[in-house]
Order: sequence, then C-alpha cells, then structure tokens
Amino acid sequence: MKVNLRINGVNRTTELEPRKTLLDALRENFLLNGTHAGCEHGVCGACTVLIDGEPVRSCLMFAVQADGYEITTIEGLAPAPGELGVLQDAFCETHGLQCGYCTPGMILAAHALLQTTLTPTRDDIVEAISGNICRCTGYGQIIEAVEFAAARLRVANTPRPQHDGLNRELPKHAAPTEGLLEAEKGDQPVAEAK
Amino acid sequence: MTADPATFRFVSTNRRVREDRRFVAGRGYYVADVALEGMLHVAILPSQHPAARIVSIDASAALAMPGVHYVLTGDELAAATDPLMNGLDTPKVQRHPLAVGQTRYAGEWVVAVVADSRALAEDATEKVRVVYEPLPFVINAEQALLPDSPPVHPAHGSNVLLDRTFVWGEVEKHFAESPRQLAFRVTWGRNSTVPIETFGVAASWDPWRDMLDVWASIQMPKYPDQIARALRIPANCVRVHQDVDVGGSYGVKRGIKQTVLVAHLARRLGRPVRLIEDRLENMRGGDAHGPERIFDVEVAFNNDGIVKSMKIRALDNAGAYAGRAPFQLGKPIGAIVGPYKIESVQYRAQSVTTNKAVQEAVRGFGQSPTNYAIETAIDKVAAATGLERIEVRRRNFIRKEEFPYLIPSGSSYDSGDYHTVVDKVFAHIDFAAMEQERDRLRASGMLAGIGIAACLEPSGGNSSFEPLLNEKNTTTTWMDSCRINIDGLGFVTVTIHNTSSGQGHETLVSTVIGEVLQIDPDLIRVVRPDSLACLPSNSPVGSRMAIMLGGAAFHAAQKLKTKLTRIAAHQFGLAEDKVVYASGGVGDPKSNRQLSWIDIVNIGHRNFHLLPEGMEPGLESTHVMQVPTGDRLPENGRVQMYPCHSFEFHVVLMAIDPVLGKPEIKRYVIGHDCGTVINPHIVKGMTLGGVAHGLGAALLEEFVYDDEGHLITQSFMDYLLPSSREMPKVEIVHHCTPSPHTVFGQKGSGESGYLGAPAAISAAVNDCVASLGISFNKLPIRISAIGDAIADAQQGKPQQQAK
Repeated sequence: MKVNLRINGVNRTTELEPRKTLLDALRENFLLNGTHAGCEHGVCGACTVLIDGEPVRSCLMFAVQADGYEITTIEGLAPAPGELGVLQDAFCETHGLQCGYCTPGMILAAHALLQTTLTPTRDDIVEAISGNICRCTGYGQIIEAVEFAAARLRVANTPRPQHDGLNRELPKHAAPTEGLLEAEKGDQPVAEAK
Repeated sequence: MTADPATFRFVSTNRRVREDRRFVAGRGYYVADVALEGMLHVAILPSQHPAARIVSIDASAALAMPGVHYVLTGDELAAATDPLMNGLDTPKVQRHPLAVGQTRYAGEWVVAVVADSRALAEDATEKVRVVYEPLPFVINAEQALLPDSPPVHPAHGSNVLLDRTFVWGEVEKHFAESPRQLAFRVTWGRNSTVPIETFGVAASWDPWRDMLDVWASIQMPKYPDQIARALRIPANCVRVHQDVDVGGSYGVKRGIKQTVLVAHLARRLGRPVRLIEDRLENMRGGDAHGPERIFDVEVAFNNDGIVKSMKIRALDNAGAYAGRAPFQLGKPIGAIVGPYKIESVQYRAQSVTTNKAVQEAVRGFGQSPTNYAIETAIDKVAAATGLERIEVRRRNFIRKEEFPYLIPSGSSYDSGDYHTVVDKVFAHIDFAAMEQERDRLRASGMLAGIGIAACLEPSGGNSSFEPLLNEKNTTTTWMDSCRINIDGLGFVTVTIHNTSSGQGHETLVSTVIGEVLQIDPDLIRVVRPDSLACLPSNSPVGSRMAIMLGGAAFHAAQKLKTKLTRIAAHQFGLAEDKVVYASGGVGDPKSNRQLSWIDIVNIGHRNFHLLPEGMEPGLESTHVMQVPTGDRLPENGRVQMYPCHSFEFHVVLMAIDPVLGKPEIKRYVIGHDCGTVINPHIVKGMTLGGVAHGLGAALLEEFVYDDEGHLITQSFMDYLLPSSREMPKVEIVHHCTPSPHTVFGQKGSGESGYLGAPAAISAAVNDCVASLGISFNKLPIRISAIGDAIADAQQGKPQQQAK
C-alpha cells in the first residue's frame, strides 16, 4: 500500500506491505541506514527514532502507523553534510561509542532528553538512555558526552527549551546575559580524558 | 623500547578517535547496509530437538510460494562443501553449516530458505516439513563424561574432545609439604559477548571472473582461507571486503558456517545472497556462546597465606561441535598462576560435547573464568588463614624486581608492578573510609561487602595454545601487517588488513605513524583493502592490536623515515647519520641546508636520477610483524604464550537489600596498568566496557537450557544485558609499567574489565552474605538466587547450591 511519511522534515512517499516495520521501511524504502536493527523485539534500542520528538522503537511500529507524525532519524541531526551537531560532536569528544552500532539510537534518546532540559542530572541521563543497550562502552563516556553537550548548549547562543520538561525549575539565566558565541566558553576539554 | 615517552607528540595524548565521526552521523557501513543488485535473502529453519535423526524434509509447499527461490538442506550442502575446520585432531567430530543426518542441539540450523525478501523467506520456513526421530541427548557436562551417556557424535565414540593433564613443577611434593590445603568448586555459567549487531554476511559469485565476493560482520583470523577450503575453491578466488564496519564482536564473530552457507547459495543460484541473523537465530543457533566451565580447585598453602601449589581441573561444556571451545581451555595456561608466585600447578583441561549450541571465542578466550577460579582460591586462603584478602594477595604477588618472571607453565611475564598499582588504588579509595561506609550500610540494615580481585591480561595474541593442545599444529607465527604509501603529492595513505569492531584501529595506526614521521595524524588516510590486496594479518584477537598492528605501523613508518632521510642526505652529499629528520623534513645542521617533505616527495616520485644508487623509486613501505614471543613449538607441555601482561586490580563496594536480594554496586574502582597508552579515550572505553561485560557475566547473563534441552534465555527479555541502570560509575586509577617487548612500551587493554570484574563482583556478593553463613559458587549470581538464599538463611534452612 502507499504511505506518506514525514521524515527529517521532508514528505516522502513509498509503496510497502502493511506488515512492514518502520525500521525496515526507513532502511529499505528510504535508504536511511543509520537506524539499526539490534534485537527486533523492542529491548535493545538500536532502532530508536524520534516520533514527534519522543524516542520510539522503530522495530515495534509499523511504517503505516507513522503516517502523520514527524519522524526524526539520525540522518536528521547533522546540520549539513560533514558537519556535526553539538551532541554528535560531544560523543566524539568523549569517545562515547566504540563500534557505533547502538550510537544513532543512543544519540537520538539523548537528543530527546536535551530537548526537554539542558540541566540534566547524571540520573536523568542514565534514565534517558536506560532503554538503549550499549555493549561496548559500559556507558561511562556516553553519560559524559551528554553532560558535555548539555554544558555546551547551556552557553550556546541557540534556541533552548523554555521550560524544564522534567518539571523542575530552570536556572533563571542558563547563558550569560551578555551572550556568547556558540561554544566559545563551553568547548573545554573533558578533564577526565587525560 | 625504542621510543622515549617524554618526547611523545601524539601517543598517549588526548586526541579524538577518528572513527567516531562517521558513527555519530549514522554513516557506518555495516553488513546490513550492503545492497547488492538482485540480492536474495535467507531465513533459517532450526531444529526443535536437542538430538534427533532427520527422517525426511519436504520443501514442496515452501518452494511453491511466489518469490521463494530455493530450499537448501544439509545433505546438499555437505556434498558440495568440506566440513568446517576443526582445530583439534578429532576427525570424527564433523561440523557442517546445516545439520547432516541428525541434529545435535535445539536451534541447530537444518534448512535454509532463499526468497526475494527476508520476510518472505521466514514465511516459507513455516511451510517446510521436517520429520524427526528424537534421540537421547545430554545437556550436563558431568553427565556427558559418563561412559553410558549418549554420544553427541556417535562416530567419535565418546563425548570427550580433550582431556589433558599438565603437571608443571613438583605439585605432589609441594602439596605434601604444605601445612594447609583446601578444595572447592566454582562454576562459570554459559554466557557470551552478544553484540548488538547480530552476525551477517552477503556474498556474490561471478562465474566469469571466478570470484566470490564476501561482505561480513567478521572478526576472524584466516577467514578467507577457511571459506576457500570449505568451498573447495582456490583462496585467491575469495575476496573479503574488509571495509565493512562490525557492530561489536569482542571475539565472537567468526561466522564461518554462515559464510559457507551463503557463499554456496550465491554460487548455486547465480545471484547475490545474504543472511542477516535475527536475534533468535543469533542466540539459539548462531554458534556464538561462550565457555561454560566447572572448576575443581585444590590449593596448598601455609599459615602465612603463601600459596605454594595449585591443582585445577577445568571441565568445559563445549556444546555440540568443537568450535573454539577446547582452545579456550588452552589460552589460560599462559597465565595459569595469575599475578602470583605459585611454584607448581597441575592443570587438567577437559572439554566435552553436549547437546547445546556451539561455543566461539569470547573476550579473554577462557581467561576470565580461570581468573574467577584463581581469585576465589585466594579469597578462600585468606578466609582459612584469617588474613586480610589484600594482604594474602600482596604476599603472593610477583614483585616488580622479579620480572621477567617465568611461570611454571612456560610463559615469561614481561613486566609489572602489582604492589604499586594496589597501593595507588587503595590511596585513591581511602580504603579505611570504604570499610567505614560498608559498616555504615550494615548498620542501616543492608547486607554490605567489599570485593577485590586482581587479574592479568595476557596480550599480543599468538596462537601457541594450538600446538600445545594439538601436536599436528605447528603454528609459530601470528603476524600482523601494515603498508604505508606517500603519494606523488605528499599525502599519506596507510593500509591495514583486518576489519574492526570498535577498537579504533584507524586511530591507532595514524597516531603511531604520525608519531614516527612527525606529521599530523589527522592528515593520514587509513584504508582497508579487500583480502586479495591484503598483507598477512590475523585480526584483532587476543588483545593484540596495539602491540601487533601498532608495532607493524611503527616499523613500516621507521623504514619510510629512513628512506626519506637517505634521499635527503644523498642530496647534501652527507652520510645518513649526519643529517636530522624533523617534522617531515630533513636538514643538515652544519650548513643549515633543508629539504622539506614535499621536496623529498618530489625526488622520490619524479627524480630517479637524484636517488641513491640501488634505491627503488616511490615512497612506500611495508612491515609484516612477528609476535614478539611465542616463536617456538611447545616442549614438555610448556610454551611461551602472549608477550605482554597487563595488570588490573578491581575493588567493589556492594550493598544488597536483604528483602529484594538485589545487589547494588555503590562504588567501583579499577587500577589499570597496560603499559604505555596510545589513545587514552580508547583504553578508557575498553576498560569500562569490559567491566560492564563482566558485570553481566557475574550477575545477569546466562544461556540456560531446560531439562528438555531447549534454550530458555533466547531473547533480550531473558538474557539480560547490563543497561545504564545496572552499570555503576567506574573510577579508573592508571599506572604505567612499559613492556620491554613493544615499540612504545604498550600492552593490550581490550579484555581487562571483563577478566577481573566477575571475580570482584562475585567476591563482593559473597562478602555481603558471609554474615548469614552462605556463599555463591556459580555465576551468574542472579537476584532471585540471592533473595532465595537470604530468605532461607534467615529462616535457618540450609543453602541450596547450584548444581
């Protein structure tokens, strides 16, 4: 059957079987290979995409069910070819990955968190990625990456959430009032990486 | 050591891992991303029975479905291919990709269905009718040893694949002389590395070029050779594309049966064919389980806690075919005394077949279970003598000044400073404060305890365990290679000859070559040619790449540096030792004449008339590196195994809520000495990831079979991988004892966390529950087991120990 999907801000149309998962459709029909199959029973989180900003297992959802929603895949996070977003760059800075297989899902889960708060606690981060299994890293450098990205975003001159999605009070001034160019002060090396 | 750490520009510095860029953008290139024109898809029909004769297979209904191309059975495949290689001398234990005549474990692959899509192939497997006649089976290793147990391979005559007893030193004399002895049993549950990407392979056959092209999620030494052998084609007809990113492996992705199956289908059908295992196929029949081992240990010691001798019997449940299981009993021989000065050892290694899935190589290659047994022994000696556990370790540790230290089984440990690492860890922790915290937790009603474990990580993998366990095997090299080319415009391209599964080999070689040539590592391109264009290499097994690939890159770069220097010296009319190489250029310090990188490149590429006599044009070098040790065959059951020995020391503070039985790690500190670190981020990641993997082995992960011979933990709902919730924040305390065998003093670091964490976490659990008079002697120690044992103890019932 024919299905219309809005993926990374672009309307796309394809023919597929109604039983096809969103995961398979993204990979096979739209050639978006950044979304990975890990367990295909909804546990490992490698297939995580964002549906209207919320992390969702694309292996547990039929492609036809995604009609009418904003779908974001890892391909939608890089601002331009060859250019990384702040969170992606933070994963590179702390080496928050090894084999890279869980990484797209992990970054999307973390991205969703940072859309709701730029002041996450370690426990918030642990909770946000707890549905994404990484077999390589033991999570330490992933948590550091998210902390580092949050710190950089707090001082970046970019749009930020107006409220804390975790229902906590936001600091009155997350960024210095005089303003700073993106990451001018935030781009400090991670102390522990020495 | 040929480089001075004080002068490092790039080695050991805080530099990004270059591979990360493509992965954070979702632009890895995994096997499932390989799209070949006209590709067909495979699904597998597995056996429902742990052992059964295959009476008949009727595929007519499946073949009648539109879009279904082929149904392959074991008989057809076995007629067209040779059995898969078996490292032991057990010719009657034959292994084929699909079961032939009978099935030997539940989940074993029986029929492969090929269709236009994977979904269609899965549908069609349901239409294939297989009639089985169930046969007797055996699941338990000790039962498999009994003479009347059903043999998994009747032609072999018994279930024993390997039963070797080694005696190194005067074991009986030392036991007779020792005032104290103890004996115990511990059991290591069947777990594995379980990467998030399953195994996958795609193959195509071109009959006009006689070429089999293979793309696979592979980490396998001699992979093309084994494919060619099984398919009975020349090895230069097999082209493995090494530029495929591997989504995690940690030893296990050997995929030879999958590859032979798919390659045969590609030839048979004249179309590209691929098999990407789904999670069920992977867990149940992917032949990727790890060691399952019973240790019976006896220790001879004195009242000062000095361990004189040890007897270890290790009984490993190999599963239905030999696989790599028996050799995983062999590698621990290279560190059979751990970091301790134990004078003599008796080691009986037994490997038996059972009706379970086949084992593959798992991180540490058998070392982690062995460390668990050794560390448990040390804890028991401490308990028996009334000494502190750390004090017993300190007294038995090999001392810094005693290296190189020859252990009874024939390996020489290169270097180490175990006492200092332990001191640094204790200083970092403030151990007295940790004990106070433990006591505070206890006072608050929790069960609390501290676990400690030391471990050695032999690294730089050779394969000396193969000739040790199989006299017909005479392998004494396990080389790795690197080739560097400087092109006519002066840009550097390096080839490496393996796949990677997250170890950062591109970062490793660019860092090393940048260091030697004094050029920016980020400007060095690193590529992986297909296997036909490759130099001999043996893949990242045995924690070897920093040592072996790093070493090969170092030596290749040194050769190039020498060539650049010679060219420049020739222009100056000077001897090589009169000029100075610096930052890619060469100068004559006396006359201040200087040739830049691009000047020398120009001469090398364009001015043969300016080259020294006899020099080849172009700027290219290769180095094929021999492992620094292990170049001799075993003698009298002794052999030198891996060259380098990293050391780790784990300390765990744990609390268990006595009502829930759930262990919570309050603090985890690891002291870590892998010599010179090449990239700190990579070493940190390997260490933390290894600890998480070890935590899984200690508390969560097990492939459990029920009494009917069925795997009952075959999804991630039942086989539990540690999540961010289970994993504590781990503190790493670094120390550096360089290895004398390597170019920068580096040692391996890929296994350390996994080698020590299970022992440390097990010790912590047992310290928590010691006050109740109970202990656990089998891994994993599940929440349910802890909760039940605590409840029983509180009600005064005796503890039910695992079989």
